[in-house]
Amino acid sequence: MTQLRTLIRFLSRIEGLAVAGVLALLYVVFITTSPEVFLKPRIYTSFMQTISPQLILALGLTFVITAGEIDLSFPAVVALAGFVFVWSYQNFDMWWGPWAGLALAMLVGAGVGYINGVLVAIIGVPSIMATLAAQFFWYGVTVLVADGKSIALTGIREEPIYDLFVGRIHGILPDQRGVPVGIPTQAVWALGLTILLWLILNRHKFGEAVMFIGDNANVARVMGINVEATKIRLFMMMGVIAAFAGVLLTLDINVFFPTQGEGYLLPVMAAVFIGGTSFAGGVGIIVGTFFGAYIIGSLEAGVVASGISGYWVQLVKGIVMGASVVINILIGQGRMAAFNERMRHWGLPIGGPSIAAPPPTDSPT
Amino acid sequence: MSNGSSEYALQMVHIEKYFGLVCALKDINIQVGRNEIVGLIGDNGAGKSTFVKILTGVHRPTSGELYVAGRKVDLRTYSVRRAHGYGIETVYQDKSLGEKQVLWRNFFIGRQITLPFGFINVKKEKAVAQEIMMNTIGFRGRGITVDSKVNKLSGGERQGVAIGRAMHFEAELIVLDEPTVALSLKEVNKVINFVHKIKEGGKACVYISHSIADVYEVSDRFIIMDRGEIVGDIKKEDTSLKDLDAFLLEYSHGLRDQKE
Repeated sequence: MTQLRTLIRFLSRIEGLAVAGVLALLYVVFITTSPEVFLKPRIYTSFMQTISPQLILALGLTFVITAGEIDLSFPAVVALAGFVFVWSYQNFDMWWGPWAGLALAMLVGAGVGYINGVLVAIIGVPSIMATLAAQFFWYGVTVLVADGKSIALTGIREEPIYDLFVGRIHGILPDQRGVPVGIPTQAVWALGLTILLWLILNRHKFGEAVMFIGDNANVARVMGINVEATKIRLFMMMGVIAAFAGVLLTLDINVFFPTQGEGYLLPVMAAVFIGGTSFAGGVGIIVGTFFGAYIIGSLEAGVVASGISGYWVQLVKGIVMGASVVINILIGQGRMAAFNERMRHWGLPIGGPSIAAPPPTDSPT
Repeated sequence: MSNGSSEYALQMVHIEKYFGLVCALKDINIQVGRNEIVGLIGDNGAGKSTFVKILTGVHRPTSGELYVAGRKVDLRTYSVRRAHGYGIETVYQDKSLGEKQVLWRNFFIGRQITLPFGFINVKKEKAVAQEIMMNTIGFRGRGITVDSKVNKLSGGERQGVAIGRAMHFEAELIVLDEPTVALSLKEVNKVINFVHKIKEGGKACVYISHSIADVYEVSDRFIIMDRGEIVGDIKKEDTSLKDLDAFLLEYSHGLRDQKE
């Protein structure tokens, strides 16, 4: 019994473990139903390629949701950033053209985020409305500046920026019938960002400020956090991240189209919530988001590969999402931490119930 | 932080506050000694809230002077954030802690111990938080550690954490703004015990309450406010709970006015 409890306590420290379990279970099911696809590395490198932009977006959105806000405008930033990148690549016909494009795209992303942040933090528009409007507006701008047309990135494959961000790393995975299977570099970038953003959320002043603001902005304020400035920085960070994801996507598919990113909104939000980040704010689980994005991104291909009709994809997605969220709630805000507590509730008596905090009213004079 | 020259942690001189034509505070003169616990008592509408808001930098007084540990506070630039710099720490009724956050984060939020590039020195913060829990406020048992989340704590324990934090940051003056309003009797007792720690720790404290029963035991002196004025400044040795109660009752029923 003691050993069991020690084990649970140990497991409870591992962030996102439950979501990782769901993902593992999912892959076990896929491997069982279609081993010919899921026992070979190609499907996984394909996942790494397609999921990475969504994962990067979901990491940024985890921060926004942790602060108790929402950003619906990131799909538009994915499109706009793609255009800015392509435009720069075509107009600066030098070696530095694409690099300037990346920098400009991220600058534009920061600008969009700054406007979102000012609307939300200074003017006080609820973020769901401000960023919904922003989504329409920036898609509109993208369509206008791109004249509604797609643009192909001819010759981008020869640029070093292509290899750096969306190339393949060979020599790690075994060859398949003489054809080398490489790991997409965007997956490495996404993994690196996951680690960096985990550190910023959990080990940096900025992340701590984000958590306290999402928890209770009044507390954050009286403890000396500049709530407004932090929120503006938060939306700017989301804008930069969305722009980066947009450039990755454009590079990867070798073409910009003005509606790119449109299908990302719901899967990216789903990835964050599957990961166990609470909609109420105050708690953000980066590792959960990582596995959540892989769950969402693997479902479609997995269901189809399993030989089930494509008509089932949405339904299975719904089931997996629902189940993940329920598991997260049962074990307590996406962490196993509360599980131990729950064990004590079931088994051992614990101290008296804690007193709920009073409603936030001003004390009478 | 302190120049050590003043015998007072807090001095308020002729502080007045008008909201338009309405006088919320009238000629407030208060001194709080370096290791004195002052109970500030008043019924609803006595001006307690305005008093706290001026002290903590939320409102600017219309006129008057404020000194913290002998240092004159520049009231034109005074703000909630500046108050920390002067050594005024406030424990509120309900907005002192982030509930979903672990204890060690709550101790250092806004004043983190950092490594280069703004990263938090988690190890050190936890060690200091542990030290505050055990030694400064004497948190014992019940499986609460620095890794516990605040929502696992009872109301009284939460106030204890807020008081401990205030003491750790070398406050010249700890302001307790109705810290027991929403608590059960058992939890109120816990808070009272934490206030005793403030006295033992050599700090000064203004304990604001509308209930004499809460502040009587821990206070060295009582300041009684009524309708924006100080109507009583009584040392504990010169009074008893019964006398004080009677005094307050007279005001709350307006009896004093009728006599005069």
